[in-house]
Amino acid sequence: MFDLNGKNALVTGASGGIGGEIARVLHKAGATVALSGTRVEPLEALAAELGERAHVLPCNLSDGAAVDALPKQAVEAMGSVDILVNNAGITRDQIFMRMSDEEWDSVINVNLTSTMRLCRGVMRPMMKARWGRIINISSIVGATGNPGQVNYAASKAGMVGLTKSIAYEVASRGITANCVAPGFIATAMTDKLTDDQKDKINTQIPAARMGTPEEIAAAVLYLASPDAGYTTGATIHVNGGMAML
Amino acid sequence: MSDVADRVKKIVVEHLGVEEDKVTESASFIDDLGADSLDTVELVMAFEEEFGIEIPDDAAETIQTFGDAVKFISDAV
Repeated sequence: MFDLNGKNALVTGASGGIGGEIARVLHKAGATVALSGTRVEPLEALAAELGERAHVLPCNLSDGAAVDALPKQAVEAMGSVDILVNNAGITRDQIFMRMSDEEWDSVINVNLTSTMRLCRGVMRPMMKARWGRIINISSIVGATGNPGQVNYAASKAGMVGLTKSIAYEVASRGITANCVAPGFIATAMTDKLTDDQKDKINTQIPAARMGTPEEIAAAVLYLASPDAGYTTGATIHVNGGMAML
Repeated sequence: MSDVADRVKKIVVEHLGVEEDKVTESASFIDDLGADSLDTVELVMAFEEEFGIEIPDDAAETIQTFGDAVKFISDAV
């Protein structure tokens, strides 16, 4: 099950904890992977770890022209993009009353607009191939909201609506579009929290712990696989029961 | 029938799975040949590839019938 041999996957935010693990898992299942992100060093390190079937494609997702060019670069490197994982995301947290246009725009641009651009960029060849997998990494806060994250929550909820609409349009062409919505996941970002902060978070999670990048990657692997051909427009919530949606 | 018309017809027949004699000058892709909106986009993509041309979106919207397609492409190539 979940055999990705012969499939080519583009993963954004592959320099991060979750994105890197998604790339590893897809690669392990047999896919060729294009690793995208802003920081080249971790991408190179991951590519070296993976060995064959790994390409590094740095891209600044706040640059619209660079985003539009990325699918083409991925096709040049791998021959096609059969699986697109929009994982990259940024936060610019701020109390709403104080939120600046710049804080709003930057988060919407990187998280939502770049997702739209990349989906658009891969759509034509996927339509022709009559096969494609789009997996957008949303967030629990897109469904629940979160104080201080009006911009981030809006971008992540926006991804869900975008994904569902794409799923409608292209379902008849063998292309699926789905979201994975992580809850609290242990990464370099959450390592910075104090034990006290972590304990507080854990009390809100029925599973009483943070999730792991592997647990997100497993959901992505399923959605990327040929076995998930009848799953489209869905959001898989991977959050330890923190929000049962 | 011109070479362009032959090639366009071949694409339409293959893509929409319709009988060749149904593809007449005035045949509407959507009303007569059973295309949905996604099919029309794919037809335009196929025309672009076959003839090595770019068909902008606003022009694509005016291509409703087989005759429209042949005329547009004949003018463009």
